Amino acid sequence: MANSPASAQHDDDVLRDGFELGFTYTRSVGPVIGAFLTGLRDGKIVGIKGSNGKVICPPTEYDPQTSEELSEIVNLPSTGTVKTWSWISQPHKKHILTQPFAWALIQIDGADTSLLHKVDAGSEANMKTGMKVKVRWADDRRGFITDIACFEPA
Amino acid sequence: MSEELKPVEIIDSPVYMNYSFAAGRATSNFLRSIKEGKLVGQRSSITGKVIVPPRGSDAETGTPTFEEVELPDTATVIMFTVVYIPIPNSKVQPPFIVANMVLDNSDQTFIHLVSGCKNEDVKIGTRVKAVWRDKSEWAYSFNNIEYFQPIAGEAPVDIDALRAKRLKEVEAFKHA
Amino acid sequence: MREVAIIAYHQTPMVRDAGAKNDVELVMEAVHGAKAQVGFKNTDIDFTCSGSCDYLGGAAFAFVGALDALGAVPPISESHVEMDAAWALYEAWIKIQTGHFDTALIYGFGKSSHGPMHEVLALQLDPYYTQPLWPDQISMAGLQARAMMDAGKLTEKQMAEVVAKSRKNAKANPNAQLKGDYTVEQLLAEPMLSSPLRKHDCPPITDGASALIIATREVAERVLAGTGKRPVYITGIDHRIESHQLGTRDLTSSMSTRIAGEQAGVSKGKVDIAELHAPFSHQEILLKEALGLDNSTVINPSGGPLAGNIFMSAGLDRIGAVATRIMNGEANRGVAHATSGACLQQNLVAVLEGK
Repeated sequence: MANSPASAQHDDDVLRDGFELGFTYTRSVGPVIGAFLTGLRDGKIVGIKGSNGKVICPPTEYDPQTSEELSEIVNLPSTGTVKTWSWISQPHKKHILTQPFAWALIQIDGADTSLLHKVDAGSEANMKTGMKVKVRWADDRRGFITDIACFEPA
Repeated sequence: MSEELKPVEIIDSPVYMNYSFAAGRATSNFLRSIKEGKLVGQRSSITGKVIVPPRGSDAETGTPTFEEVELPDTATVIMFTVVYIPIPNSKVQPPFIVANMVLDNSDQTFIHLVSGCKNEDVKIGTRVKAVWRDKSEWAYSFNNIEYFQPIAGEAPVDIDALRAKRLKEVEAFKHA
Repeated sequence: MREVAIIAYHQTPMVRDAGAKNDVELVMEAVHGAKAQVGFKNTDIDFTCSGSCDYLGGAAFAFVGALDALGAVPPISESHVEMDAAWALYEAWIKIQTGHFDTALIYGFGKSSHGPMHEVLALQLDPYYTQPLWPDQISMAGLQARAMMDAGKLTEKQMAEVVAKSRKNAKANPNAQLKGDYTVEQLLAEPMLSSPLRKHDCPPITDGASALIIATREVAERVLAGTGKRPVYITGIDHRIESHQLGTRDLTSSMSTRIAGEQAGVSKGKVDIAELHAPFSHQEILLKEALGLDNSTVINPSGGPLAGNIFMSAGLDRIGAVATRIMNGEANRGVAHATSGACLQQNLVAVLEGK
């Protein structure tokens, strides 16, 4: 925990003070999530084959329906379809993108489930359920979900 | 490029968040007092015991506390430990003593540093007094007290006897 | 199964910023209020269980501090869930079923004014694919609302109707944070917050706490005898969870609510009232469908979470709101629902009856 006291101030005779809480987590990702993040670092999208042959992307270690352990990684393209979206007119600093954008569930071509990410479409008027999008890769990639900077209209 | 690089096995994913903490009325009053160099606790109306630092409740009975009590800055060491690990960004050098103490006329212990003496001289029952930082540095903080220092010439007290005496005083207060 | 009844419930006023009151002071108000209703002392309570979120105040194990509100001397039998206090009630109900305890105190508290809510809620998401993007709860609920609209299951007008009804009902709730008369037209004229959600489609940020007491039939009948109140029996309770991965779920229906409702026996009798923990307006419509409720059931007579949403206690508050009405004889049988996680990921359903 990081504690950086700011100056206390009076407010209704109660003292308030700002502080920053920090958790410096490192996480072991395992072979399945690891394969996806390794793919991102190398500029590729991968999914995993589920019990019923359907492709799950981003890949999970288990089948969401049968809970069977999964292992068959499959390569996918870096294009997909917007299944649903919501519009952010005022991004906050953790969003990295500074211009208005859409959150979207994106079904990567060849996958049967969706990935949550951002779509940089310029304006809300350019967003539509069913629209085709493609990955905009980050310049510096390290094996992290933000290696996909965002998606953009394809 | 993937041929040369190892698969990703571990990721760094730190989380930082900014909060605004509201201290609550009891704690606010305590901090405002300590900014003026005074220690103010609260007395439980049920048990008569004095709690410092106060949080607005008597944890023993789960009832609100209202009555404020100004306390001296002298205390008795109830427990202590010698710490060999440095405190980041502190001029306090290990080995140093962290003690659980009870302020005179109060009934709840708190933790602070004991210094200004040889570590070997600190015992259970050692009588101590607050060493305040320079007034110009006083903030809304328990750190206005730099540490507690053994009181020259006062012998260690028997803490069981101290507890018994204090319980008698609390009883007397309750029936007054 | 042992018959277990709700015998007391107390909620603090729901406010945007409780300011001077810290967590302990909020919990004291709620717990003392509930205990006073049935004249309980600490020795009358066999087991205590609470629900809260440490990230909310930004202090690990903050829930331990709330014990200062209880008078846990001599030590009490106690537990905590890092979930809505409705799940604390579930744990307490199980404890009574084991036969080791006859009474339990449940409380939930949330002082949301301390921290950045949109960031706190991102921390409940999967930490590999989702949380590092910092999506906020409102945007994620927006994904669900649009998916429902695209599927033809929802209109903006229906969402506004839910909000108008909530605020109208809340006029009779002295603890409610948002209340008043609004027309659908007025609401639809408001700007978007996170399209397709407007600000009023989202829950207010609320400080507050609530407490509830449950007991076996024997204790409940003895304690409430002659008070004009009747015990409110928990005749069914179940909870179910869906995948952490939003993109593997069908967001336009709530399978977990449907199954929990079936297991709890919602359809076994007429449902007079239902309190649904739908923090977002479209979720009330979705939950109503999942529970098979029709217009003969009065939904969220308290105003529901859109009128005040004590984070980590709003689910328990649904149970308390239904129980209060049954206890007073205003209804005979009701359904209470609690949720946790993004887009109704986890759902608890309880059927409450006065006998």
